[in-house]
Amino acid sequence: MHSIARRRHHRAAPLLLVLALLALITGIAAIAAPTPATATTEASAEDVADGERLFAANCASCHGLDAQGQDGVAPSLVGVGAAAVDFQVGTGRMPMQASGPQAPAKPVQFSDEQIAQLAAWVASLGAGPAIPTAEQVDPELGDAANGMLVFRTNCAMCHGSIGGGGALTQGKFAPSLLETTPTHIYEAMLTGPQSMPVFNDANVTPEQKRDVIAYLDFQSNGSPGGLSLGAIGPVSEGMWAWIVLLGLIIASTIWVGARSS
Amino acid sequence: MSAPEHSTEHETDLDPMNGHENPGLGYHRPRRSDVDDKADKKAERQVAALFGLSALGTVVAIWAYFSLNDIDPGDVDSIRQVNMWIGIGTFLAMIGIGLGAIHWAKTLMRDHEMTEDRHELRSSDEAREGAIQNLKDGVEDSGLGGAKRRSVLKGSLITALAIAPLGILVPQIGNMGGDWNVSKFRHTLWGPGVRLARDPDGAPIRAADVTIGSVFHVIPEGLNDLDHHHLISEKAKAVVLLVRLDPADLKIQEGREDWSFDGIVAYSKICTHVGCPVALYEQQTHHLLCPCHQSTFDVADGAKVVFGPAKRPLPQLPIAVDDDGYIVAQADFDEPIGPSYWDRLKGGDATVEEESH
Amino acid sequence: MGTKLNSAAAGTANYVDERTSIGGFVKFFARKLFPDHWSFMLGEIALYSFVVLLLSGVFLTAFFVPSMTEVHYEGPFATMHGVAMTEAFASTLKTSFEVPGGLLIRQIHHWAALLFLAAIMVHMCRVFFTGAFRKPRELNWLVGFTLMILGLAAGFTGYSLPDDVLSGNGLRIIDGVIKGVPIIGTYISYWLFGGEYPGTDIIPRLFTAHILLVPGLILALVALHLFLVFLHKHTQYPGGGKSHRNVVGLPLFPVYTAKAGGFFFVVFGIIALVASLFTINPVWNYGPYDPSPVSAGTQPDWYILFVDGLLRMWPGWLFGLPTEWVIGGYTLSLNILIPAAVVPALFFGFIALYPWIEAWATGDRGEKHVLDRPRNVPVRTGIGVAMITFYVILVIEGSNDIVANLFHLSLNDITIFFQWGVFILPPLAFWITRRICLGLQRKDRELVLHGHETGTIVRYEHGEYIEVHEPLDEQELWLRVSYENYTPLEIAPELNDHGVARKGYRWDRFKQALSRFYFEERIEPVTAAELEEARHHHDEHAPHGLDEAAEAEQADERLDAEWEQVDGGAKK
Repeated sequence: MHSIARRRHHRAAPLLLVLALLALITGIAAIAAPTPATATTEASAEDVADGERLFAANCASCHGLDAQGQDGVAPSLVGVGAAAVDFQVGTGRMPMQASGPQAPAKPVQFSDEQIAQLAAWVASLGAGPAIPTAEQVDPELGDAANGMLVFRTNCAMCHGSIGGGGALTQGKFAPSLLETTPTHIYEAMLTGPQSMPVFNDANVTPEQKRDVIAYLDFQSNGSPGGLSLGAIGPVSEGMWAWIVLLGLIIASTIWVGARSS
Repeated sequence: MSAPEHSTEHETDLDPMNGHENPGLGYHRPRRSDVDDKADKKAERQVAALFGLSALGTVVAIWAYFSLNDIDPGDVDSIRQVNMWIGIGTFLAMIGIGLGAIHWAKTLMRDHEMTEDRHELRSSDEAREGAIQNLKDGVEDSGLGGAKRRSVLKGSLITALAIAPLGILVPQIGNMGGDWNVSKFRHTLWGPGVRLARDPDGAPIRAADVTIGSVFHVIPEGLNDLDHHHLISEKAKAVVLLVRLDPADLKIQEGREDWSFDGIVAYSKICTHVGCPVALYEQQTHHLLCPCHQSTFDVADGAKVVFGPAKRPLPQLPIAVDDDGYIVAQADFDEPIGPSYWDRLKGGDATVEEESH
Repeated sequence: MGTKLNSAAAGTANYVDERTSIGGFVKFFARKLFPDHWSFMLGEIALYSFVVLLLSGVFLTAFFVPSMTEVHYEGPFATMHGVAMTEAFASTLKTSFEVPGGLLIRQIHHWAALLFLAAIMVHMCRVFFTGAFRKPRELNWLVGFTLMILGLAAGFTGYSLPDDVLSGNGLRIIDGVIKGVPIIGTYISYWLFGGEYPGTDIIPRLFTAHILLVPGLILALVALHLFLVFLHKHTQYPGGGKSHRNVVGLPLFPVYTAKAGGFFFVVFGIIALVASLFTINPVWNYGPYDPSPVSAGTQPDWYILFVDGLLRMWPGWLFGLPTEWVIGGYTLSLNILIPAAVVPALFFGFIALYPWIEAWATGDRGEKHVLDRPRNVPVRTGIGVAMITFYVILVIEGSNDIVANLFHLSLNDITIFFQWGVFILPPLAFWITRRICLGLQRKDRELVLHGHETGTIVRYEHGEYIEVHEPLDEQELWLRVSYENYTPLEIAPELNDHGVARKGYRWDRFKQALSRFYFEERIEPVTAAELEEARHHHDEHAPHGLDEAAEAEQADERLDAEWEQVDGGAKK
């Protein structure tokens, strides 16, 4: 399965040296290691049983033993489906470590197998969205141009024009999608985690979801113009114009103005 | 006015200040290249090397243009490579000349500072008198001065000059505003029975499709059939955000009891501040945030402003469900959408009123 | 060979001179002197980035199609296949992806534009803080100010041309602001857009403004600006041998021909380097304009950010009261007018008029060609830093979502912080800066009177230790004492000898109040008499060290007295 992060890393190689020098100034985040993709397999009865045990040990303190949730603490998980579990646990958002404006992505706490078991148990509680198949999230099968149209209408206002992320109210934020696996992107659209609205199949069709994934995958080619400065728009461009461009030129004026020894 | 006059009348060029004498130019330290022939030769070589670097840069740019250019069209990496190498070649070509010339000036050109006098900018009294006299003579010659005032002549000339531009300006300005029909702001494509459709593909939306927590970006059905120009202008006014909340969370506004359907509400997407599309919907708080200036609207409470520079709630689109289960508008918006303007509350015509009832 | 060339050159020169009398000009210009300092090159950065803009702009006009006619993209870029767009956007994509090196030129053009305005502002700061705007250069300050405004216009008109979603939303904000203008707002909007927003006329109209009107005006004013620089001769920093009546420097030919000419290539080269490595304005990310979408990070280029900051900061509801009023059925959008028009007008108006404001305070009518050290004009320096603080607050507020996301803050908190901070921080910056300047001036006095510490400790027979101070050399001494010692204006009484109120008294009162604000609290330069007295003391007493100690004590007392005087003045 595709990992956007890995390809991005490779193609940007000639420019990495400059990036390393200047990353300090803009605070461009280091490129994280690619997250392993999640396999989708049919769940067996044992998986469901193992999932229940894992749930009782790791999740029940907030969501309750029967996953009915607690008011003001954690929502009910009945009917959220395997997709929600795979997204929340597979991106490390769950289990939550500290309360804050929102649960951020963290290093994943469980193995792929354990995540599949948890998902199987939660899915057994009530009908909900399933984990998408490899074909549903294959960027090669999507239409990147249509993905662009769907993405900018439904996603770009929060996640930025190519998924670089953005701020929401009161300290919440829409995370960057540049490192997110296609499966997790699909699941997020389907389940609407946290502040994010739900984009069900009547709103953004499965084909359109795959187009969105193809559009985001295309971004792993990097920018044709060179380094992207975080792809967050004119603010970072302006800062670079002042610090790097004007900075270099003013440094050279000081050399021009200094008397030769 | 008896402010102290700081005189500029000086005896010498180097006037004393606060009682101190101006010491004159300081000691001129010779450069290494001035005293050491080796350093001089070295600087010369450096300058020549920089000019050589420039020529090399030009070669790089031209090489990049011809040899990197025939790769797979549209391939991001090859576009990047062509631009990067032409750019780096240009950089070397330019910076080589620049650094070389400046290094030359700094190390090899004579650097003894010289002094030049300034002269007061004010013209001499003689020149001023001459100027005034010339103008006076001119006025005299024109016949405007002296005994004959010729005020009719002056007045008519000034009037003619003042209004002459109007002959060009009025048609020019008049044509530039199109049809000047500003009452268009009051109307959108919405009207009774117009289906709500998905942006951008125009597929109509069933009420059953809008699950709780969903947000649909909506255009009126049929918008995409318009030609491009009208499509954009109408879309700029008609875009709507469709949201379904748990009916328990929804505070129904007075007089709008039948404007929503089972927790589904539709609001104009155009901000009432300066007109950005307000599109960041947080499904947990039901807040809608404008990314341009961060006006925040509470969708659960009539899209009222809870933060930021907007003053008015977003206009609500009254909706219903038709026989086939599709969501339709009951009417157009009952107020002009988007930013405030001077006469937005002055009804240009009655159609808006009629449609909303 | 050499002689042949020489005679050819002489022949050409003779030919041209007989038809133009250019010899006189060459004689006048070739050895014209310019003072040398790195900060005098900031304006050159602006000029050269403008030249780069013209060169790259000509290239771009060869490919750009200023038309809003709809086409469907048929080029090679994958995320645009078949997408409906205007010709303006399609031709921008074509320039970027199908013209080899075209994207480089686009990026050079845009980076140069950002640099152009940054350099203008830094240059203005240099002129401001060194007092280079004083007589006779007030008019040239106005010309430069107008150039900055035209630069903003050039930037904004160019930013909108590709007709992408980002600039389209920017244009829509402008439309919203224009509609907020009382009475005629909607009609101005119609006039600009050729009817209802966005219409099909705006791109061609902006194109004409961007490539003809605005750059034409800029070129004309640049010529005037430079003409006045030559006419006035350049200012110089204070130092030995420099006065208001001379200019000390190196000749235009060959030194500045090489330095300034070479510097053009340096500026061009660095712009090319940045443009070859760093993406700017990736319109292919934003997509062609459509009024529905918007992306996070929707901001103008940095030089318009301050207006965006004001728009974000001004609340729609202030302490429970609306800032959009309805008066007699008509809507007055103060939440748009104040941040987008009134505050920028006051801010820019103050900048434009500043030379006259300061001239009223000093009452000085002499020509000033030697620059001020910023410390020697504490109030001006304080005002400058306060204005920069104000501007930076607005720029950060205009980027508050980016800041919030980068530092994991709440954008609401940032806005609330700056809503208060914009009133508190600039005055605070003024006060701190002025204190620092006064402190530096005091230090100058001390150095002049006591000399530099040498680090050599000497012990005298009676057991006292003392550090030997070395007197300043004449160059440094002059630098630290040669500044204007302005005092608050004295004005004539209101009633003249006949007991009749005189004309212009209130105006004089205003100028006096202004002058007090500037000069009530001041550190006076050491006069020759004071220095003489200090040195006299020196000679009278022996041994050397004792004298120094006594002098130090006396100086301390004197400084204390000054402090009291200063504090008293402040209280008054």
